[in-house]
Amino acid sequence: MFDSQVIMMLLEGIRDTLYMTLVSTIVAYVLGLPLGILLKVTSSDGLKPNKIVYGVFDVICNIVRSIPFLILLILLIPFTRFVVGKSYGSTATIVPLVVCAAPYIARMVESSLNEVDPGVIEAAKSMGASNMDIVFKVMLVEARTSLIVGATITTGNIFGYSAMSGTVGGGGLGDIAVRYGYYRYQTDIMIVTVILLIILFQIIQNIGMKIAGNLDKRK
Amino acid sequence: MSEIVVKNLSKTFDQSEQKVDALKNINLTIETGDIYGIIGMSGAGKSTLVRCFNFLEKPTSGEVWIGDKNLGALSEKELRAERSEIAMIFQSFNLLMQKNVLDNVCFPLRLQKVSKNEAKKRAKELLEVVGLTDKAKAYPSQLSGGQRQRVAIARALANNPRILLCDEATSALDPQTTASILELLRDINKKLGITIVVITHQMSVVSEICNKVAIIEKGEVVENGLVEDVFSHPKSSAARELILRGDSEKTGGTVETLNGERKIRIVFSENSSFEPVIANMVLKFQVAVNILRADTKNVGGVAKGEMILGLPDGKEIQEDIIAYLHERGLEIEEVTGDV
Ligand SMILES: Nc1ncnc2c1ncn2[C@@H]1O[C@H](COP(=O)(O)OP(=O)(O)OP(=O)(O)O)[C@@H](O)[C@H]1O
Ligand SMILES: [Mg+2]
Repeated sequence: MFDSQVIMMLLEGIRDTLYMTLVSTIVAYVLGLPLGILLKVTSSDGLKPNKIVYGVFDVICNIVRSIPFLILLILLIPFTRFVVGKSYGSTATIVPLVVCAAPYIARMVESSLNEVDPGVIEAAKSMGASNMDIVFKVMLVEARTSLIVGATITTGNIFGYSAMSGTVGGGGLGDIAVRYGYYRYQTDIMIVTVILLIILFQIIQNIGMKIAGNLDKRK
Repeated sequence: MSEIVVKNLSKTFDQSEQKVDALKNINLTIETGDIYGIIGMSGAGKSTLVRCFNFLEKPTSGEVWIGDKNLGALSEKELRAERSEIAMIFQSFNLLMQKNVLDNVCFPLRLQKVSKNEAKKRAKELLEVVGLTDKAKAYPSQLSGGQRQRVAIARALANNPRILLCDEATSALDPQTTASILELLRDINKKLGITIVVITHQMSVVSEICNKVAIIEKGEVVENGLVEDVFSHPKSSAARELILRGDSEKTGGTVETLNGERKIRIVFSENSSFEPVIANMVLKFQVAVNILRADTKNVGGVAKGEMILGLPDGKEIQEDIIAYLHERGLEIEEVTGDV
């Protein structure tokens, strides 16, 4: 049905999409996870309540999250160029994806940690646990299922946003769909891309949920 | 030696709109080896008080001494070290749900930097103590409430504490399981010499295992002392209420009584047997008395009998009966309210 050139292009599209999604997710977690922990620890019912620290990061998170991704993408062009040297292509797309996802992840992490039974934290305190112990040996461990579910959802979102970056020449399957489907009216290629997107998305979600389920010992 | 000494302790919760005086000028001394009951109605401040014993809650004023250490004077780090000597168990067990039983028991040991292998070894010993060797690999969600509390007890004992604080440790358990957990606590107290503080709202728990008791009401200690003294001569209304309520818990409710019926409580000491006295009284006065409850209980190792009588109508006959019982050397006390 398609010639080898098109198939090559689709394979590259898959590769670029996965590359953008996974690298963005990992880098966003490197920033978002500590930020989420910081939010939880400094919140009013946290281990070390601090109104100022919490307030500042709370506001930053909300501001970034309130900017639509497409606009963030454009706003960040100078910054992206500064970081990766150019403003288009897969690697360049990672920058706005990370900026967009990190505060989102921080919120997810904060809410996952909020689910940890305060009684268990109290028990750990009564055993002489330090705050570090409580964060790393109690909260992150007890919340791991919820954290992984959160990570799965986040990966799915980043996956979707990465396709959106096709509008600005971001590469990947989304880019292909836009170029062929929207500008050249090659509906068949667009449909195949969409199907590929759906399959990839399903695979990512299923793997994430499976891991979360296997790690959950509460049932 | 005194294990826990509380001096003039007060705790006020400062919430934005209102202040709650949860504890008011509490003074208590708990001796080494005691099983000390702290009992009171919901909201009386029991949990707050016991949380002050390990400074999970910092008192607003007053002091808490554990042995020769004033908790208020310790640095954060010293306090954490001290806490490993003061174990605590809870109503909701508070186990780590994502760790198996063995790892839960290892947890406090690993916090104190005990090596993995050594922690495992000690944890296995402790599981033997609480009778859960076969559940080492199970997760808390697969255990019954009683089993979970046993894990919590094993975990609490891991660092060889001197003190074990129990906040409503049996409140979520059925009577049989409660009895077995109390038995385990008593064993621990005897064999390991650990001082135990038992927070509860059930008088039956106190009479079952405690040697001393403090009754707390609205943030104040209204009465404390040896369990047998407090039980046979409750001075405060709070104590009387708790004792009565505790009894109806145990017998599964008491006989309905007519409103306004005059009731007396008779307490029998070790060697007075009560049946002949009551029988003789009925024969002498030719009236029926309503026996609302008769009960012997084990109070601090001494058998105490008590009976609550509903007296027949008529002021005169009532006074005669009371006088008669007094003559026979029985302790009598009026009972008000529902039995
Ligand atoms: N963190 C808190 N902030 C504000 N008020 C509190 C806090 N903890 C306890 N209180 C208040 O202090 C009082 C005593 O509470 P506490 O939990 O000690 O009671 P309790 O005797 O343990 O009751 P229960 O039997 O229901 O557990 C209550 O009025 C409660 O509302
Ligand atoms: Mg309580």
